[in-house]
Amino acid sequence: MTFEYAPAPESRSIVDIKPKYGHFIDGKFVPGKKHFATINPATEEVLSQISLGGQSDVDKAVLAAQKAYTKTWSKLSGKERGKYLYRIARILQERAREFAVLETLDNGKPIRETRDIDIPLVAAHFFYHAGWADKLDYAGLGKSPQPHGVAGQIIPWNFPLLMLAWKVAPALATGNTVVLKPAETTSLTALLFAEVCQQAELPDGVVNIVTGDGSTGAAIVNHPGIHKIAFTGSTEVGKKIARAIAGTNKKATLELGGKGANLVFDDAPLDETVEGIVNGIFFNQGHVCCAGSRLILQEGIADELIEKLKVRMAKIRVGDPLDKNTDLGAINSKEQLSKIQELASAGDSEGAQRWSPACTLSAKGFWFAPTIFTGVTQAHRIAREEIFGPVLSILTFRTPQEAIEKANNTPFGLSAGVWSEKGSRILWATQQLRAGVVWANTFNKFDPTSPFGGYKESGWGREGGKHGLAAYLKEGK
Amino acid sequence: MASSKKVTSKAASRLEVKKTYKLYINGAFPRSESGRVYEVSNAKGGFIANPSLASRKDLRDAVVAARAAQSGWAKATAYNRGQILYRIAEMLEGRADQFASEISLANGVTLKRAQDEVATAIDRWVWYAGWSDKLSAAFGATNPVAGPYYNFTIPEPQGVIAVAPAETFLAFIDAIAPAIVSGNTVIALVPGSAAIAAMTFAEVLATSDLPAGVLNILTGSHDELAPWAASHMDIDGFDISGIDKKKRADLKVAGAENLKRIHSFDGAISPTRIFAFMEAKTVWHPIGV
Amino acid sequence: MSFYGIVDGSESSLKHFLAQLPGVDQVGAEARAAMLATRSIKTTSKRWAIDTAISMVDLTTLEGADTAGKVRALCSKAVRPDPTDTTVPSVGAICVYNDMVAIARTHLDAIGGKHVPVAAVSTAFPSGRASMEVKIQDTQDAIDAGAAEIDMVIDRGAFLSGQYGLVFDEIVKIREVCGERAHLKVIFETGELVTYDNVRKASYLAMLAGADFIKTSTGKVAPAATPPVVLVMLEAVRDFYQMTERRIGVKPAGGIRNTKDAIKQLVLVNETAGPEWLTPEFFRIGASALLNDLLMQRMKMDDGYYASPNYVTID
Repeated sequence: MTFEYAPAPESRSIVDIKPKYGHFIDGKFVPGKKHFATINPATEEVLSQISLGGQSDVDKAVLAAQKAYTKTWSKLSGKERGKYLYRIARILQERAREFAVLETLDNGKPIRETRDIDIPLVAAHFFYHAGWADKLDYAGLGKSPQPHGVAGQIIPWNFPLLMLAWKVAPALATGNTVVLKPAETTSLTALLFAEVCQQAELPDGVVNIVTGDGSTGAAIVNHPGIHKIAFTGSTEVGKKIARAIAGTNKKATLELGGKGANLVFDDAPLDETVEGIVNGIFFNQGHVCCAGSRLILQEGIADELIEKLKVRMAKIRVGDPLDKNTDLGAINSKEQLSKIQELASAGDSEGAQRWSPACTLSAKGFWFAPTIFTGVTQAHRIAREEIFGPVLSILTFRTPQEAIEKANNTPFGLSAGVWSEKGSRILWATQQLRAGVVWANTFNKFDPTSPFGGYKESGWGREGGKHGLAAYLKEGK
Repeated sequence: MASSKKVTSKAASRLEVKKTYKLYINGAFPRSESGRVYEVSNAKGGFIANPSLASRKDLRDAVVAARAAQSGWAKATAYNRGQILYRIAEMLEGRADQFASEISLANGVTLKRAQDEVATAIDRWVWYAGWSDKLSAAFGATNPVAGPYYNFTIPEPQGVIAVAPAETFLAFIDAIAPAIVSGNTVIALVPGSAAIAAMTFAEVLATSDLPAGVLNILTGSHDELAPWAASHMDIDGFDISGIDKKKRADLKVAGAENLKRIHSFDGAISPTRIFAFMEAKTVWHPIGV
Repeated sequence: MSFYGIVDGSESSLKHFLAQLPGVDQVGAEARAAMLATRSIKTTSKRWAIDTAISMVDLTTLEGADTAGKVRALCSKAVRPDPTDTTVPSVGAICVYNDMVAIARTHLDAIGGKHVPVAAVSTAFPSGRASMEVKIQDTQDAIDAGAAEIDMVIDRGAFLSGQYGLVFDEIVKIREVCGERAHLKVIFETGELVTYDNVRKASYLAMLAGADFIKTSTGKVAPAATPPVVLVMLEAVRDFYQMTERRIGVKPAGGIRNTKDAIKQLVLVNETAGPEWLTPEFFRIGASALLNDLLMQRMKMDDGYYASPNYVTID
């Protein structure tokens, strides 16, 4: 009577990973010098060798971006710039499956998510921004707003290609050129994206991709030829960047960490709320800056809801990311896994009660079972620090005011969720919450038209929508 | 039946299979119920084709089709509408040569001028397509009312719009794109020689993902059809940019019967032409625990 | 009757209970159903799912033009869906109008189909618009003729106008008529109820009134058994079991035309109510054309190449 799902693997044959990569500078793939391995975190198999970009690589990339800006890109009308972005969007749609499989291999996240969420959003971002390129007069930034010039963009490993789209699409639409560094552990889809730029006949130097580690990123941030920096990553590094550019003319947007509060009132639609909680913390293995990592439940329904949550969590399928039925994939790296384990142990030692459904985790690769901690209070480390893994801290509240106070009692301010069937209560809560993105009766929803970004230490600026253009433009005359 | 210059004409001994012109209503190509046609000639008076001469009954049928298609089209996401329109641009680009030669022949302009017109029309279409998911940014708002209410204004399509563009392909594109990008459905009254390129455009639509009924094309006489469109109680808006200035007042009088939104645009291209065929809905909701 | 000790049989008690049920968020429910529809069921699990689905089909004919001949042909198909392959299970039941029940029962018994029950639609199916006396007689006739299962319709007009007590009482009365001889399925006609909140309320109302099965639709109105509707009903039976330890069955009917649709239903059951419901005792699929598609898919899995309608029987 049990319904076991037989393995349903997506085929890998659609991707063609080269044994070694260099950088993409001035429209060409150029060899790199030092290399390091990039692995599949589900199996620890080595996928390829990635180049560690040094100062000279960054110099060449910035030079190419400057030349492209001055000689080509700034001379094109918005209409023509937009057409390149439309081409890129269409080619991404054509090669969607290839990108989805590659992202899953490199990042460890389930194919269902890359196929149904990441990659479609990537194409949508390019599509949306393509249409802005010749409409900037209507963006609310005055007549003829101007680009900055060369943007230096550093992106994280949790949504590699999507974060690339969030950076590159608005930068190009507004007339800037780009030097982008993907994350160390997830460079492959960025390098494949470079092929798309070639297929779209994007002029040389408009997009440049330099791979590497933190030192490569620092070289970009500190480069005098970069006018604007866009960074998504940890709050810690975000602060380093803010210090580094203080006293210069460089503009920066930062999209940093979070400890999102998910507030559940006693009149919430319970079954959908459970789905929303699961989505909020286990989507993308919890490697989400805006994850709903603090569940704050009205005390009266806490027991009932936690029971329902446990029943639902038992259905989460942890396993091979390339299996179409997998819900929870691998943790991206050994480093990240130990961070998660360390904080989870802190949860134990600080007296919270840990629970995970039974699951078999493969010996190879980096895995962490979906986990909840009950009996958590604001004073616990697992309520304050970003775990960035599939670990949910559960707290309770008595009154709506208390819920808001607990939600806001954090240096972060990226996201929050509100679950209730009462409209006015939802709107009241959204008004009180100090968070850049508030989801009501849903969670982890993204759209190119919808601005995303944080209050307080969750960062500076917004990405997406009309607001997201502002960072890449100077006011017109 | 149309005649056009072939780019590579090989043996003159091969006879062309010429096109029969019909109307485009509800995704299909019917002839006019009246059975009438009119002749389109080239600059020298030589025969080109017999497009259908649409009647008021064809208009009536087109309105029924447009109305039936409207709620579905409006409910599609802005992203989806934008993609469908962009794909039409891809098809247009592929047929650019055909359009240019037809325009050159039917409108009596040089091939070079026709090619420029086609290029402009395609780019114009792309420009409008890119507006679909930006209309709220431009025309919507959240309004800081003096009370504990969340108040927002959303622009919405009006419904069924008739357009009567001037006798060029570019005027035709400029009239239909702003109307449909926001979720309206459209009946285009295409006059004279503009029928030739317009019906090739209809072929593009028939092979696109644009749902049947969203765009309907009636070739024929403005003098005959415009008054019927102006008085039709189930048409919500009318773009009369191609109507003789002296005849516009009468149409507005007729349109007053259902307070039709009647506009003409004789100048620069701007999103105002999109917004002219939209409504603004403002919603209040209390904020309170 | 005790109504599980949850309501006392009065309308006010019922209304009070229904009002405190949590609401269903439409977007959330549809998103959950859509996510479950992405499950990829292959190889051994697909083969199991196909056979399971076959055994759950309530093979149905409910046409004004039904004749004895048509019903007999359907019965033969029900017992041996593929005459050339005896490993194919029989279906879950035959479903006919009550004046065809005797013919169906007799024929089934004659062809080795004693194990296939006859379900009859009842209570002025499909509209439900008739007097209570007529509805009771309708049900009685069917049971006397040999129906082991009764698929009744609720009074949607009464439901939509808030007369929950009336709807409840009708179900109670029909349950009494069924007694020990027949199990009762209660059809909501979810397409007419429209909202998921209504589907949730109807589910609890019917279960408290004594339903053995809750059923989505008559098959005469679209939309019928959409995945989110079935999801909400599966949540209801799951939670009802927690409250009462009584397992109520679910039957989607209408709109399930091919194997893919059927497998999606089984996935919904598996991941919502749970594997205990994955048996004809607690899950049925009301369908007619579905069976041949299941057979063709089964053939393809066994033979390794795509099948043709020429190789499955009609009726």
